[in-house]
Amino acid sequence: MSKIEIENFNLYYSDFHALKNISINIEDKRITAMIGPSGCGKSTLLRSINRINDTIEGVCTKGKIKISGENIYNDDVDVDFLRRNVGMVFQRPNPFPISIYENVAFGLKVNRIASDKDVINKIVVESLKAVLLWDDIKNKLRKSALSLTLEQQQRLCIARVIAVVPRIILLDEPCSSLDPVATRRIEELMMVLKNKYTIVIVTHNMQQAARISQDTVFMFLGELIEFNKTEKIFTNPLKKETSDYVTGHFG
Amino acid sequence: MIKLNPKLSQKLSYTLLCITVGLAIVPILMIVFVIVKNGLSAISWEFLTSMPKNGMREGGILPAILGTFSIVLCSIIVTLPIGVCAAIYLNEYAKNNLLTRIIKLAIVNLAGVPSVVYGLFGLGIFVMFFRLGVSIIAGALTLSIMELPVIITTVRGALSSVPHSFREASLSLGVSRWQTIRHIVLPNAIPGILTGTILSIARISGETAPILFTAAAFYVPHLPHSIFDQVMSLPYHLYIISTQIPNMPKNLIYGTALVLLMMVLTMSCVAIIARIYFRKRRKW
Repeated sequence: MSKIEIENFNLYYSDFHALKNISINIEDKRITAMIGPSGCGKSTLLRSINRINDTIEGVCTKGKIKISGENIYNDDVDVDFLRRNVGMVFQRPNPFPISIYENVAFGLKVNRIASDKDVINKIVVESLKAVLLWDDIKNKLRKSALSLTLEQQQRLCIARVIAVVPRIILLDEPCSSLDPVATRRIEELMMVLKNKYTIVIVTHNMQQAARISQDTVFMFLGELIEFNKTEKIFTNPLKKETSDYVTGHFG
Repeated sequence: MIKLNPKLSQKLSYTLLCITVGLAIVPILMIVFVIVKNGLSAISWEFLTSMPKNGMREGGILPAILGTFSIVLCSIIVTLPIGVCAAIYLNEYAKNNLLTRIIKLAIVNLAGVPSVVYGLFGLGIFVMFFRLGVSIIAGALTLSIMELPVIITTVRGALSSVPHSFREASLSLGVSRWQTIRHIVLPNAIPGILTGTILSIARISGETAPILFTAAAFYVPHLPHSIFDQVMSLPYHLYIISTQIPNMPKNLIYGTALVLLMMVLTMSCVAIIARIYFRKRRKW
């Protein structure tokens, strides 16, 4: 069963038609990459999947995005619950200016997912282990999250998301502020995480999409140009625009 | 048109800019100098802690200090929660529509109303209509209304200086909008709110016109007992002793001015120190 079904989805920033009639089915427990030149709408599409775009004024949408069969744009959808299910990691690591421990525990405490101290401790430790950060920081959990390196901060942001037990993780250019070594290590982490979560990643870096994803969405000027298995997109694309983009002729 | 050579014109404009900066600093230095020179001799422990005597020509100014203190305290207790809540609504919830624009316009205009008009308004509403009489509470409420736009504006500034990425991160964890404000936005805005509040306190401490008809008394022989008492206040006391009392010793007038000035400057300094402290701790 597809986990995310996007059906004839349109999005407008006031008058600007940013997403034009997008339809894709994103599969469970795989990594789907969204690529395309700047301004093509890939981030907008990603941000539509947890409705974080709702916070931007003047955004309106048409069409459906279904997660496990339920249209998340229905009026009766609990947006907070949706966002807990569909975690998001941003371009720049954005840990809260509080301790490492509190960053991971934040969602648990505020959402009252867990209130027992031992349970929270356990989830925090597990989440930090899941992002392979635990060994580096187990002795400085009370230190400010901002004292970590950018890569560690980004791992912490992923841990923070994992702690509230999502089923889908959206990553919006998660490596764009990291160096190549850190990027590779975050990519390795994503490969591990895909066994448990459905992962959608927006990336500027075509090699990254080729390395880690199973499916690739290519977008251009708000339209879906091609959606296929990653190897198909990179070796034998159906459309000329796709082939021009992946071979570096534009973008 | 005369064409100056670039070097000369650079020198000329630099000199001009220096002179204007000097013009901005000189008045404050002169004010402080004149007041300290004439008033320092009046300052003593007794002056700060005793009642006025002999038709205010001798003794201290304790009731005026306490009066100003209690009016300002009451006023800030009233304004701060209202101002913070209003700012949260405007900054975090209000959509950019006609109503919001009207509210914002109203706030800007409220800040531009002359202070004596607030005084008359307070007299009509709080003193007479609500029958609070000339009292600490009536004066405090009048000052509150006057201070509300300033508080709202500074709190809004503090709220919007909290990075949007914190809000997005919190929302994307399934944390509701209110909880995000409560646990992420407000704690990070506290430094700005605090410094804004201290500056407001400094500003309203010196206001005379709004409390003229609503709280201040010419002379009260005892210290205030409750918020429904009339009180003496520093700025009004200063006005009285400088204009209404014949044969008033000059050093007492300047001494009173010095106390008021020091109160305001101290609070401004506290605000500056607080800002430096919080800025150092803030890492984003």
